[in-house]
Amino acid sequence: MTAATEQEIICLGCPNGCHLHCTSKKGHAVDVTGNKCDRGVDYGREELLDPKRVVTAVVKTTSSELPYVPVRTTAPLVKPLIPELLHELYQQHVTPPIRSGNPLIENFRNTGVNVIFTRSIAE
Amino acid sequence: MRELEYEAIVIGAGAAGMAAALRIAEGGFRVALVDREDHLGGILMQCIHNGFGLHWFKQELTGPEFAERLAEKVVAAGIDIFLNTTVMDFSVSNGVKTLIACNSEQGVIQFNARAVVLAMGCRERNRGNIGIPGTRPAGIFTAGLAQRLINVDGYVPGKRVVIIGSGDIGLIMARRLSWVGAKVLAVVEILPHPSGITRNIVQCLHDFNIPLYLSHIVSRIEGKDRVEAVTITPLEGGTPEHSKSFRIECDTVLLSVGLIPENELSKKAGVTIGHDTGGPKVDAHLMTSAEGVFACGNVLHVHDLVDFVADESTRCGGYVVDYLRDQIGEEKQGAVTAGANVRYVVPHRYVPGRDTHFSLRSIIVKDRGTLLIKRQGAVIKKKTVQHVKPAEMIYFKMRGSDLPATEGDPAPLEIALE
Repeated sequence: MTAATEQEIICLGCPNGCHLHCTSKKGHAVDVTGNKCDRGVDYGREELLDPKRVVTAVVKTTSSELPYVPVRTTAPLVKPLIPELLHELYQQHVTPPIRSGNPLIENFRNTGVNVIFTRSIAE
Repeated sequence: MRELEYEAIVIGAGAAGMAAALRIAEGGFRVALVDREDHLGGILMQCIHNGFGLHWFKQELTGPEFAERLAEKVVAAGIDIFLNTTVMDFSVSNGVKTLIACNSEQGVIQFNARAVVLAMGCRERNRGNIGIPGTRPAGIFTAGLAQRLINVDGYVPGKRVVIIGSGDIGLIMARRLSWVGAKVLAVVEILPHPSGITRNIVQCLHDFNIPLYLSHIVSRIEGKDRVEAVTITPLEGGTPEHSKSFRIECDTVLLSVGLIPENELSKKAGVTIGHDTGGPKVDAHLMTSAEGVFACGNVLHVHDLVDFVADESTRCGGYVVDYLRDQIGEEKQGAVTAGANVRYVVPHRYVPGRDTHFSLRSIIVKDRGTLLIKRQGAVIKKKTVQHVKPAEMIYFKMRGSDLPATEGDPAPLEIALE
């Protein structure tokens, strides 16, 4: 992000759903218009410079009853790392017992984000 | 045939059934929870995305996490659970409710109970419901079926996908398919506005550059053995403008075109179904037209959030407890009707002087709307509602003090939006 970039973003800070017009220069969001409140500025800045998403997926198990178990990140992960995380999850092959809430991956790529199981499977 | 006696039986062990059963057990009554699947939790188990539980558990959870938390309480409460058990018949005679069910271990079972809670959830509308012309190839799925295939069974149903309808399940599946390597080519919505919430439009479509065609229909599906292409046609002035049609080659079509309360069993017991909700007509105690038969959750009316399903179902369980204690009196109830710009209101009756929780669905889209509660031609209460839209149910509680008794029978209440 070297030159000025412009982007239309719908704010998800509240149900108003303002259409934000965000302009960034050299990686620093400097201008947000179209927002009805201050939350729009923060939202637009983060969405433009460092967007993050919670990732949910399923990973393979050795269980015959439940061949896949759902997982999620414990916090939103920066978007560019999502394909890497998915790739890593699709390589996994886990063996029950599995306890919902237990970690599968800790501190993914030093982001502080963990991946936890979201369903329990008995042996 | 095994014959089992309970004070209450709950049909369906999703969020609604579990919440209702829990409340009945807390009231000290013997309750059985019956479900045809092999797990507690119902449809929540395939909804692996986040966004559940913010109201009910005060934290953001996925579907399976929400379900498991409820299930742990159900097990701890000592409720008798019958899984893999399909209820085939339901009848009411002389106040006794009889269910005929079967499973592969116990064979046919007859359940007798004083009270029954209908909590069977809803099912998806399919191709037949929206009548798309064309051939009948493989590769056409409802969004929920595709969700189950990917999230539970681990199959990806196709590689190049067109989604019909912009309901939340379809949007969630657009992201899910993108994350498992499929290409979602278009979401086609007949209405001029999206049916799903804004968050899902942004995070499930914009994030993946998936085009959303509003006021468009799929006018044709092509393919001999497998879907090969769809034709998409814009609507102009409400009619298809075929000269502007375009074709997209794809191998899979997903349908996210609405949900219908699942009431085949309710009808067997003679329960009256409302045309507005597709679910049973219920009184102020969420009791259906069959005495002692209650309904809650998506079988009653389709909700947006499981948190409100759990809320309504807990209240329903409370009414069942009142009923079993013979505390539901003969107090007169007044009718509740949907007025201008309101598709439906649940419950369909109210008791004067008592707090009542209403759920209603708007027909209109409006930034700032006003709810008007009218009785005998006069507005007795007004309430401002922000961001009115059909996709988001409106919940509100009427205080009993705002609903005083009227002379004679309780006067009908009309709830309108403007």
